[in-house]
Amino acid sequence: MDLPEEEFVAHGRGGCPGCAAVIGARMATKISGKKTIMINSTGCMCVNYGYNGAPLFPYVHSLFENAGSVISGIDAALKALGRREDVNLIVYAGDGGTVDIGFQALSGAVDRGHRFLYICYDNEGYMNTGVQRSGATPYGASTTTTPVGAKAKGEPRPLGRKKDMVRVMAAHGIPYTATASIAYPLDYMRKVQTALQVDGPSYIHLLSPCSPGWGIEPKDTVTVARLAVQTNFAPLYEITGGAAFKVNIKPQKPKPVREYLATQKRFRHLLAKENESELELIQQAVDARFKYLLSCENS
Amino acid sequence: MRQYLSGTKAAAEAAKLAEVNVVAAYPITPQTSIVEYLASFVANGELQAQMIPVESEHSAMSATYGASLAGARTFTASSSQGLCLMHEVLFMASGLRLPIVMAVANRSLASPVSIFADHQDSLAQRDTGWLQFYVENCQEVLDTILLAFRVAEDQRVLLPVMVCFDGFYVSHISEPVDVPTSEQVKSFLPAFRANYPTLDLTSPKMFNVMAFPDSFEEFQRDKHESMRKATKVIKEAMDHFAQIFGRNYGMIETYRTEDAELVLVGLGSMMGTVKASIDILRSEGLKVGMAKIKAFRPFPFAELAEVLQNAKAVGVLDRDISFGSTGIVYQEVLASLKHLEHEPLVLDLIAGLGGRDITVDTVVKSARLLQEASEAGYGKDRVIWVDANQDLLDIWKVGAAHVG
Ligand SMILES: Cc1ncc(C[n+]2csc(CCOP(=O)(O)OP(=O)(O)O)c2C)c(N)n1
Ligand code: SF4
Repeated sequence: MDLPEEEFVAHGRGGCPGCAAVIGARMATKISGKKTIMINSTGCMCVNYGYNGAPLFPYVHSLFENAGSVISGIDAALKALGRREDVNLIVYAGDGGTVDIGFQALSGAVDRGHRFLYICYDNEGYMNTGVQRSGATPYGASTTTTPVGAKAKGEPRPLGRKKDMVRVMAAHGIPYTATASIAYPLDYMRKVQTALQVDGPSYIHLLSPCSPGWGIEPKDTVTVARLAVQTNFAPLYEITGGAAFKVNIKPQKPKPVREYLATQKRFRHLLAKENESELELIQQAVDARFKYLLSCENS
Repeated sequence: MRQYLSGTKAAAEAAKLAEVNVVAAYPITPQTSIVEYLASFVANGELQAQMIPVESEHSAMSATYGASLAGARTFTASSSQGLCLMHEVLFMASGLRLPIVMAVANRSLASPVSIFADHQDSLAQRDTGWLQFYVENCQEVLDTILLAFRVAEDQRVLLPVMVCFDGFYVSHISEPVDVPTSEQVKSFLPAFRANYPTLDLTSPKMFNVMAFPDSFEEFQRDKHESMRKATKVIKEAMDHFAQIFGRNYGMIETYRTEDAELVLVGLGSMMGTVKASIDILRSEGLKVGMAKIKAFRPFPFAELAEVLQNAKAVGVLDRDISFGSTGIVYQEVLASLKHLEHEPLVLDLIAGLGGRDITVDTVVKSARLLQEASEAGYGKDRVIWVDANQDLLDIWKVGAAHVG
């Protein structure tokens, strides 16, 4: 893969050390280049990227919940003015702005078929407001609004697993959806490239470890992101045409989920002896889900 | 060419004449047909625009500002609950200094539900940094939307504009409207070229970034100053409009105020009824006049003060209420009178909420209350519910007592 030397996300940006969301933006823009218009919904990235320093491409911080509709307007305007060709329209938004509050605007925008790439950097919580739960927080994770206490074991998630945004997006029938990880940069960047080439909406869900939110060392971002894939906790796959599944990484011998959870403070309580059954349930859910993905691939 | 047009059709015709590039809107009674007319213009090829049938009003305003930021002339329309759903985004559009024009078919707000007119919806958006024009009839709808684009896009202003007209009373009544030719319109409103920073690959900029305490206030002040400067721009635009189209509008319109001792002030379609009532009252010897506020933002303080300087008493017809305080227009009128040597008595006359008809009787009653108050000197409650039905209130109390 030919990558430009030029950096589009660099120089004095304000993110925490080791922030995967920043790394993910950096990789994506290596592919999309200067002919990009980017939208961030409110969240860490609009602080990390959205002030301080001259931009290398036009950029708007939309609002928390309307990135999908703002990009719809931009797409329509560029078409009306005869300038749509050659512009990469990208939304780069957090999981809160995507799976929760911005869900309606995103769903509407892809339903109308606007041509843009939506990348959700999923740090599994509202990090910019100080680590509250979101619709993407995994079962059992401790956040400030789902704390661990005498009567609570973190995010309760009665339906078992977090909102499956990739399949929700694929179910809209859009041309391309995928999951990605910063620990697999070539896979991720190829997906960005593919997404930018399709004629219509595309969606990439990027798991983005967050040091303060997950309770990890900044130096461990990539290791943790890799473990998420190696344990099948966050599998890498893509769906074309809303139906054709391809699982990109199939670990020969998946590592136990426990190993992944043990890297993060937010799951620490689950490792206690009395929570062994919880851990077993999580492992079973992860296995079942991966099996399901493989079955989608073969069907 | 004269055509019979409803208010909503007049609004859509105006947007078509303005050759808007992008329309994003969501249906809500009584605004809906504006969007439908525009969609059919686009479908028939009468208007070369992108039409975005969004999934909510929040998205309508968001797509509109996205399009405007990308350099398109944009138009949208809303009402009531829809306008409230846009609230957050209205600040964004004005803060980004985007010349968006929106037609508002005024409708009251739940709860309880009502689909009928009052001014609560748009007045609740008073402080969002949008210019607000209130108009009386279908001709004024069409003309004012053209004026709105011209003012919004002036470099001295660069702020979005709402053109507000009463739901059903104006939106659904058909009247003969003089529809200008597109050549006439072009000489007043040149073809669009964005004259503000846009999302431009050749000159990349960041929009809506953080402002810290060392600069935020200055952005707000700049917006305020632009709004104040808009008064001049509006007057210039109206003069130019009069030259081309032969119809004349001011920041406020007056009727028989020269020697008026009592003046009724208000917004929108009811002012037609007020004019008719004034003729009746005049024939009975009561010296009454009318001041219709056309531009509510920027507020015409000086113009209004001048009209009211010799009035003994002023009655503000408020088709809205700021709960726990007074009508909203009343507060503004009071503020504009502060600098007069002889401050007249001002009564707040709440009427016509939720589509209750403001009849000649209502206006005559209002004028008589004003006359009484003016003769008796002050002392009464300044907020008067002119057309509220005491019997209904009593029934409600009886009901409450039974329930309680
Ligand atoms: C309408 C609205 N509600 C709440 C907020 C406060 N807020 C700002 S960022 C944020 C959380 C963002 O979460 P996410 O999208 O996951 O991005 P992250 O912070 O993790 O980068 C919240 C709740 C807001 N800006 N706007
Ligand atoms: S809080 Fe998390 S997501 Fe936000 S900047 Fe820091 S590491 Fe990145």
